[in-house]
Amino acid sequence: MTDPAKEFHEDPAYGFDASQTPVPMGFEAISPEEMVPEGGEGQSTGGIGIQILRVFVENRLAVAGLIVIVLMVLFCFVGPMLYHTNQTDQQALLINPNAPGPNVGPGPGRPLGTDGTGFDILGRLMYGGQVSLIVGFASAAVATIVGVAYGALSGYFGSWSDALLMRIVDIGLSIPVLFLLIALVTIFHASETLLIFVIALVSWLIPARLIRGETLSLRTREYVQAVRVMGGGGQRIVGRHIIPNAIGTIVVFATFQVADSILLLAALGFLGFGVPSPQTDWGSMLSAGADAAGNGWWWQIYPAGLCIVLVVVAFNFVGDSLRDALEVRLQRR
Amino acid sequence: MLGFLIRRVIQAVIVILGVVLIVFLLSQLIPGGECKAVLGPKATPSNCVHFNKLNGLNAPLLVQFGRYVKDLVWPFWHPNLGYSYKFNQGVTQVIAERLPKTLVLVGTATAISLLIAIPLGILQVVRRNKPSDYALTGVSFVLYAMPPFLLGTLLIIWFAFDLKWFPVSPPSDASAWAVFSDPRAFVLPLVTLCAITVASFSRYMRSSMMDALTEDYVRTARAKGASNRRVLYGHALRNALIPILTLLGLSLPAIVSGAVITETVFNYPGMGQLTVYAASNSDIPLVLGTTLVATVATVIGSLLADVLYAVADPRIRFGGNR
Repeated sequence: MTDPAKEFHEDPAYGFDASQTPVPMGFEAISPEEMVPEGGEGQSTGGIGIQILRVFVENRLAVAGLIVIVLMVLFCFVGPMLYHTNQTDQQALLINPNAPGPNVGPGPGRPLGTDGTGFDILGRLMYGGQVSLIVGFASAAVATIVGVAYGALSGYFGSWSDALLMRIVDIGLSIPVLFLLIALVTIFHASETLLIFVIALVSWLIPARLIRGETLSLRTREYVQAVRVMGGGGQRIVGRHIIPNAIGTIVVFATFQVADSILLLAALGFLGFGVPSPQTDWGSMLSAGADAAGNGWWWQIYPAGLCIVLVVVAFNFVGDSLRDALEVRLQRR
Repeated sequence: MLGFLIRRVIQAVIVILGVVLIVFLLSQLIPGGECKAVLGPKATPSNCVHFNKLNGLNAPLLVQFGRYVKDLVWPFWHPNLGYSYKFNQGVTQVIAERLPKTLVLVGTATAISLLIAIPLGILQVVRRNKPSDYALTGVSFVLYAMPPFLLGTLLIIWFAFDLKWFPVSPPSDASAWAVFSDPRAFVLPLVTLCAITVASFSRYMRSSMMDALTEDYVRTARAKGASNRRVLYGHALRNALIPILTLLGLSLPAIVSGAVITETVFNYPGMGQLTVYAASNSDIPLVLGTTLVATVATVIGSLLADVLYAVADPRIRFGGNR
């Protein structure tokens, strides 16, 4: 059955802060017949040309996103090997007579100028990008693992423990993220490792809810009942059958979460709670530039802002396409 | 409807209690305890013993929690959130000064977002697959990817420094209504805070409207000969608005988070800026106080959105149990 609206139906989980969404519809009670992939991209009712264009554009966006991510990783981690700059030793900068000095615009030997301390901005983008990317990936990984385990257990055990565990998630989700992050960072003092866990601590709630919903529907499937009949324990059911079947949701969430984690870190950095100096991240760099916004030192603002937006958009493109590829199969009616 | 509301209120109370517990536990996690936070890192152990005794901090955790909750709820016209060491004032007083300003900012921004996003979503449905639909979708993509701190910074550079159309930051008067004395100063913060919600709301409105158009009641309306216009505004729109109310309740925490950044960027003297200021001065009781108040305000806001939802949805209004 074709449904004209479904072609345009955007998943409500996308399009606004993904950390505040309910479990998307369509995860509950899917019968085995509906599981059968229909093949092709036949969900659309538009002309074949539009369909092809649509798939083409979507894939192109995903490929573009992936290329941007790979280039960014290379830029941040391989770049410093080719483009040597001093990013840690402020003393050496002050003593060095050849250093351009602070707040100098782009010129030969310093393609993007220097920041308020005198660090080279291009080199600093690489150096700060390492922190942004590492924290982004790591906290997304931690959040996903914790959330998946929590959600799977909650959904698998059901009844009162499920109710209790999900109320805890409700409570966590009702606290505005930035307030909680700021409180945690103030109490524990930020370091790179700590930021990974603090950001993960506010991010695991959504996957917990998503996977719990998925588990609720998966645990009633015939193959799970078959495992149970054959004497398979809870560990086996959850680890071997439920989580692998929910892998689409998990991968899609993790991809979006990398973008969200990078944004959260950037927001913290912007507010002045990022990694301690002389380490930096893109948000902290942007913040330093914004403080001097009235001076017209554009090179301190646009490059860092562009890096953040590029990476976030890239991950969102990849996540979007992954969701279409992995989940549409399930949501198609 | 009454049953729905009672259940919803109980749920909100449970959430608030949970948040109170979390905030209390966070206050217990301060390294070195409250003593070191107040008296400074050089406080001797005997100083701390004395301090703990004076402030009742040597009581069992459960007793302390009970006392904490009691101070919060009674007397209810003056909840005690602890003491701000930076301001040398009760946390409640400090927050009471700032809270109205944040409420004005968040409330206005939310209202404007809805007023822009709903017609925009309808426009996209009416013009679906036309260039204007694609253009608006593209714009909302860009706005969604734009972090508020970057958008705010760029707006300041372009419209305050370069073009000088708007002042850089709003007046920092004590009264919450001072912001309206110079509406121009309010424009850039509002644009920043609205941008993301408009993007998400209009996208959601578009898909919600699309969904409503495929419902049976729309087909029935068309079958009985209702005009396209009547179907769109009389039947589809009213039903499409209901999920938006749910979304509104769910988005409130994100909007409040956005307010923290907006207030900091524009130096707007609200709760968010207060939190950032308190945090950079390690005034932990104040940070926890603002977190608690912001959360409670958010929970109440979501509750109000759900009440509207109950009023708007006839399936709930006429006694149905959902």
